[in-house]
Amino acid sequence: MIKTDVLIIGAGPVGLFTVQQLGLIGLKAEVVDNLDKIGGQCIELYPDKPIYDIPALPECTGESLTKNLLEQIKPFKTNFHLNERVQEISKEENNWKILTSGKKTFLAPNIIIAAGVGSFEPRKFSVKEAEKFENNGIFYSIKDKNFFKDKKVSIFGGGDTALDWAIELSKIADVTLVHRRNDFRGAEHSSNTARQLEKEGKLKIKTPFQISSIEGQDKIKGITIKTEEGKVEKIATDCILGFFGLIMKLGPIAEWGLNLEKKTIPVNTETFQTNKVGIYAIGDICTYPGKLKLILSGFHEGALAARACFKLARPNEKYRFEFTTTSKALHERLGVKKID
Amino acid sequence: MPKITYIEHQGKSHTIEVANSLTVMEGAVQNDIPGIDADCGGSCACATCHVYVDEKWFNKLPKIESAEEDMLDMAYEPKKFSRLSCQITVEDSLDGLVVKMPSKQA
Repeated sequence: MIKTDVLIIGAGPVGLFTVQQLGLIGLKAEVVDNLDKIGGQCIELYPDKPIYDIPALPECTGESLTKNLLEQIKPFKTNFHLNERVQEISKEENNWKILTSGKKTFLAPNIIIAAGVGSFEPRKFSVKEAEKFENNGIFYSIKDKNFFKDKKVSIFGGGDTALDWAIELSKIADVTLVHRRNDFRGAEHSSNTARQLEKEGKLKIKTPFQISSIEGQDKIKGITIKTEEGKVEKIATDCILGFFGLIMKLGPIAEWGLNLEKKTIPVNTETFQTNKVGIYAIGDICTYPGKLKLILSGFHEGALAARACFKLARPNEKYRFEFTTTSKALHERLGVKKID
Repeated sequence: MPKITYIEHQGKSHTIEVANSLTVMEGAVQNDIPGIDADCGGSCACATCHVYVDEKWFNKLPKIESAEEDMLDMAYEPKKFSRLSCQITVEDSLDGLVVKMPSKQA
């Protein structure tokens, strides 16, 4: 059980800046995120796309913004719990008890939800048999490539993950790469490598095909793929891998008894508290009259939510507003050396 | 104002006026038309505003750019006349445009 002042759900830019705001007023935060890396949508959806509306940063990218925010919160030595999704919360006296998908438990008087549009999860096959075979022949990620050794593997997708795994697994398995159009969106050299392997007979490529059905009772025997024009082919297959990128799902947050409005959480704009005491929502996931889904708005929301957390985390202390330019206490927390 | 018709997967049709320079996605979201999620808010980064454009309209639309085609790879059941509605900007020439929504967005 990890005790902390604030549990932050979401390691995107807004969650990160809120760590700083909490740290300045002396509160400790732990951060949970379902992705395997820090940065949220900035890192997962648009690491290279330029952003032009962060105050005082004429231009940055999702990646550089994340890097700079991490630099800014360095003094607060924050623990990140990645690859973990918050599953359940329950009230325990004055605290919330939080349980994650990886069976970690936290005890905190405050929870700040900075979860964007929800947690990132793999996009799945739409054919009806796909659910039945999930983790029993159908996979959306690879933990151990040797599992596929000498198997017949069908890989779907046109991005880098699909291409890289098709190339890699073609060394140890009988691989067919299936994609909905003739162009791959992954790196040019990867698609060239894949085409070269196809010429050498080491990899089969089927385009422009999409999955039509999956055959097999207890285990997968084969798949049927088809083109837009109705051309149909059958492929004997033991395993199917789908690499269609990630999608954001609200997930368990919807089950916590919070008021919801079109997948967003209404908040009071003084404290960013939700309808539950000690649970706040900031960033893209919160809503209020005039809400803008801008990173800069999320920073403001985090600053206010952090002050609200102080009351429950330090019930016997009085919060004092201070500036980083002059406050000795803040300089100590920031680890700033005194300049004479 | 141009009229845009949105047809839900089950067949329910909504015809609304959408102001020029808004996107087809924004027209749906602002008018509470179900079936278009637009999780990323219109930055061509999530493929949850996916629509099937009526065939006779498809070729009248400005050509699809590669970033949109890339995102369509991730859409739910993409087809020949698939587009992302956040990448279609409404103008007078699109008066009468018909789009259908997929059974779900993800």
